[in-house]
Amino acid sequence: MAQLICRDLTLGYEGKTVAEQIDFAVHKGDYLCIVGENGSGKSTLIKALLHLKKPLSGTITFGDGLTQKKIGYLPQQTVIQRDFPASVQEIVLSGCLSGLGPFYTKEQKARAQMNIEKMGIADLAKRCYRELSGGQQQRVLLARALCATRELLLLDEPVTGLDPKVTLEMYDLITLLNKEDGITVIMVSHDIGAAVQYADHILHVSRKPLFFGTTEDYLKTSIGSAFTKKGGERK
Amino acid sequence: MSTFLHYFSYPFVQYALIVGVLIALCSSLLGVTLVLKRFSFIGDGLSHVAFGALAIATVLQLTNEMLLILPITMATAILLLRTGQKAHIKGDASLAMLSVGALALGYLLMNVFSESANISGDVCSTLFGSTSILTLGTEDVWLCGIMSVIVILLFLMFYRQIFSVTFDEDFAAATGVRTNLYNLLIAVITAIVIVVAMNLVGSLLISALVIFPALSAMRIFKNFKAVILCSAVISVLAAALGIILSIMGPPIGSTIVAVNIGIFFVFSLIGRIKK
Ligand SMILES: Nc1ncnc2c1ncn2[C@@H]1O[C@H](COP(=O)(O)OP(=O)(O)O)[C@@H](O)[C@H]1O
Ligand SMILES: [Mg+2]
Repeated sequence: MAQLICRDLTLGYEGKTVAEQIDFAVHKGDYLCIVGENGSGKSTLIKALLHLKKPLSGTITFGDGLTQKKIGYLPQQTVIQRDFPASVQEIVLSGCLSGLGPFYTKEQKARAQMNIEKMGIADLAKRCYRELSGGQQQRVLLARALCATRELLLLDEPVTGLDPKVTLEMYDLITLLNKEDGITVIMVSHDIGAAVQYADHILHVSRKPLFFGTTEDYLKTSIGSAFTKKGGERK
Repeated sequence: MSTFLHYFSYPFVQYALIVGVLIALCSSLLGVTLVLKRFSFIGDGLSHVAFGALAIATVLQLTNEMLLILPITMATAILLLRTGQKAHIKGDASLAMLSVGALALGYLLMNVFSESANISGDVCSTLFGSTSILTLGTEDVWLCGIMSVIVILLFLMFYRQIFSVTFDEDFAAATGVRTNLYNLLIAVITAIVIVVAMNLVGSLLISALVIFPALSAMRIFKNFKAVILCSAVISVLAAALGIILSIMGPPIGSTIVAVNIGIFFVFSLIGRIKK
């Protein structure tokens, strides 16, 4: 049984279609990369998967024990106010969101601590989030997402704006979560080169989806090879 | 000094202090969220609407003005936060229109229909809260106290959700927090605080009470909890100090705001030095 099935999705805003005929399924432990040009609707698709945005038509179903509350999400370029006072610890803890009252439970604190250590940011725990570097901030947000899930991570362009070295570290971290912890990963990227290197499935969206399948098959298609060649030339 | 202490034996001074401290506490708790959500201007607009509602209540000669002011302000708050979520410039202008309109119509209503001999005095005290707090009865104190306790309890109960919605609404919604519900809660609390605080500082000065403690605390502290605690302490101290100073003559509302401004400058300075 698949964790997530999308059937004939049409996405758009105020009746204006952005992408249509999106069909794919994600199984436990998959690493799916969603690629496509800027503005092709990748973030909109992620928002639809998170139920933040209703699709114009089509269905999204969860299965295999997955529910919306069990999804961890790393937003694209979180518009966090420049002067927001929040410590790393507070932000990671905010990923554990069940319960009322001003205090977190022991288990939630332990979970946050574990994820802080896993992301290698233990020494930053008391620091103010806005004073960290881009790469450190992404690790904090990834730790927060991990507090919300053991099952599925949705990452929207997690490496945008990071320098090459930090980008590699980020990709390695995500691969580790996928391989070691068995967390399903759905990652948006416009870096097709990285996508085919790390992911085992590719969804290429354009106005209509150009491709969905395994990475191996994607490389054999004309679009896949055309795009990867283009990406290669740029580097 | 003894005459000064003597003042505290008057019940109206005690009432004023209790109410003032409670209001200050509520408005500072809320203030941090409003400032961080970039909603400070909504507090300002709402206080003008509350003034307009008060004018209507006066004209209708209602015995309990709250019964009209509170629902009108709440409805406006909900409406504003709804549209404010995508704070366009257009939304900004319509808010300004609403707030100035309410102010003007409120004054007009009071002038045309009021039977009071001293209209400008009445208007002045509702706008700047000069004397109203020293004329509070036990009933007002109870009402104020109950509303404050409700606000504080709501805030404590939903502290984590409020943090989450303030920090990153999309993430909160994605993990199943009902963000619309919490935005609604924030709107309702804002309305309550503003209506209650009108007694203390008058409707024109409320936003100062909401904004200053939060901004002062943010000069120095860099985590959410510390900022909340610090702004609560600042706000309570400033209110108490303002009320005590005002016994000697100056109007309460502006004195409290002046104390807050002073604290803001001191904290800004400390913040600079610490860097
Ligand atoms: N809130 C919105 N309202 C209207 N149109 C939007 C909104 N957000 C995005 N769009 C439009 O939808 C299209 C897809 O956007 P997006 O999903 O962010 O693309 P991507 O993430 O692939 O770069 C773009 O053309 C964009 O202009
Ligand atoms: Mg995007």
